[in-house]
Amino acid sequence: MKNPIRTEAEAFGFVIVVGILFGAVALAGALGGRWVALGVFLALGLGIGVGIYMGSDPKEAEPAVWNRSRAEPGGPRKVLVIANETVAGRALRGEIVQRTAGIEADVLVVCPALNSRIRHWTSDEDQARELAQERIQRSLAALAEVGVAARGQVGDDDPMQAIEDALRTFGADEIIISTHPPGRSNWLEKEVIERARERFDLPIAHVVVDLEHERATASPSSAER
Amino acid sequence: MSTAAHAEDHGDHPPVANRSSRVDSRLLGIYFFIASEVMLFGSFFTAYFFARVVVHKGPWPPHPFHLPVYLALLNTIILVTSSFTMHWGLQSIKRNNRAGLIAGLALTFGLGLTFLLIQAREYTRLGFSPHDLAFGSTFYGLTGLHGAHVFIGLNLLLYALIRSVRGHYGPAPHDHLGVEVPGIYWHFVDVMWIVVYTTVYVL
Repeated sequence: MKNPIRTEAEAFGFVIVVGILFGAVALAGALGGRWVALGVFLALGLGIGVGIYMGSDPKEAEPAVWNRSRAEPGGPRKVLVIANETVAGRALRGEIVQRTAGIEADVLVVCPALNSRIRHWTSDEDQARELAQERIQRSLAALAEVGVAARGQVGDDDPMQAIEDALRTFGADEIIISTHPPGRSNWLEKEVIERARERFDLPIAHVVVDLEHERATASPSSAER
Repeated sequence: MSTAAHAEDHGDHPPVANRSSRVDSRLLGIYFFIASEVMLFGSFFTAYFFARVVVHKGPWPPHPFHLPVYLALLNTIILVTSSFTMHWGLQSIKRNNRAGLIAGLALTFGLGLTFLLIQAREYTRLGFSPHDLAFGSTFYGLTGLHGAHVFIGLNLLLYALIRSVRGHYGPAPHDHLGVEVPGIYWHFVDVMWIVVYTTVYVL
């Protein structure tokens, strides 16, 4: 249901509706007394409310968000990467390099600002955003080392919302979602990959990054970095 | 491929607000403001109905007080008419008719001012004051609160009128938001008066 009063014209229409409703209530009150007026108010109010609810669905489906800002044909391939703690993982980096090798590519890395429920509801997001920003910096530096030009931004803590927000301004050709392995990934538990594939009509690749394994197998020189 | 990579740096200022809504932030602001106003009016209506239904026994208004129903009806007609002129003004600028916008805003302002003057005159002749029982307190509380909103609306309209005379606003949606927002507020004030008039004066 969309907000039925989004413009001045719709607010004006609401004035007319309220005028008719309360005109009828006043008439009922004058003819039948206050209880009749109350009955008319409840009946008409309920009817109008249901009418607004039934009639307020958009008549035509709006174009999907990923189609509104779709990349232009012939332009660079636009790759949207959604990742959090795994954003600087080797597996993800390798996937990005493989997908952008030999072509002109525009890569946007979005890192959802993961936050606790209580902090989310109290709008205490500063620390979460700072941590996400730090992860992005590390990821972009690692990508730059292997020759990938990328941009980064902090997104909503809900990965689905972060994807949708990013798609409004970044017309992606494909999406890469990076998670921890099954059993350790909160996103996989919430079926983020399946939900994203249902919701967004774009190619979606899922990359599993096992940070523990990567740390264990990292060479001493790279571990120092 | 370039090796340049960068994150979007926020520098010394807060990060850019994350916008998930497609509603313009200024419109969203007036909606939130109106929502808070609805709750404010709701608290006054609660006090009014508590005094009238729960506390008071007998006829309403209590003897010997009377409310000028027909004068208030005239005021209602004036205020509802002002919604039409407001709507006309905004529709005019959408068709690039600046004279219509100025006339619409001027008429709306004039009608709103007339409403306020009639209400002030009504107050001087009612024969009771806010000190007279819960009836007087709730009556002046509700109508006075509404009158204050009309006064705020008049200021917004005057501001929009001056800007329109100086050549501001245009037919593009983002060019007349400065009229659209006061318009939505003005219609809210109008709706609240219809509710106040019906419940306080008529029923």
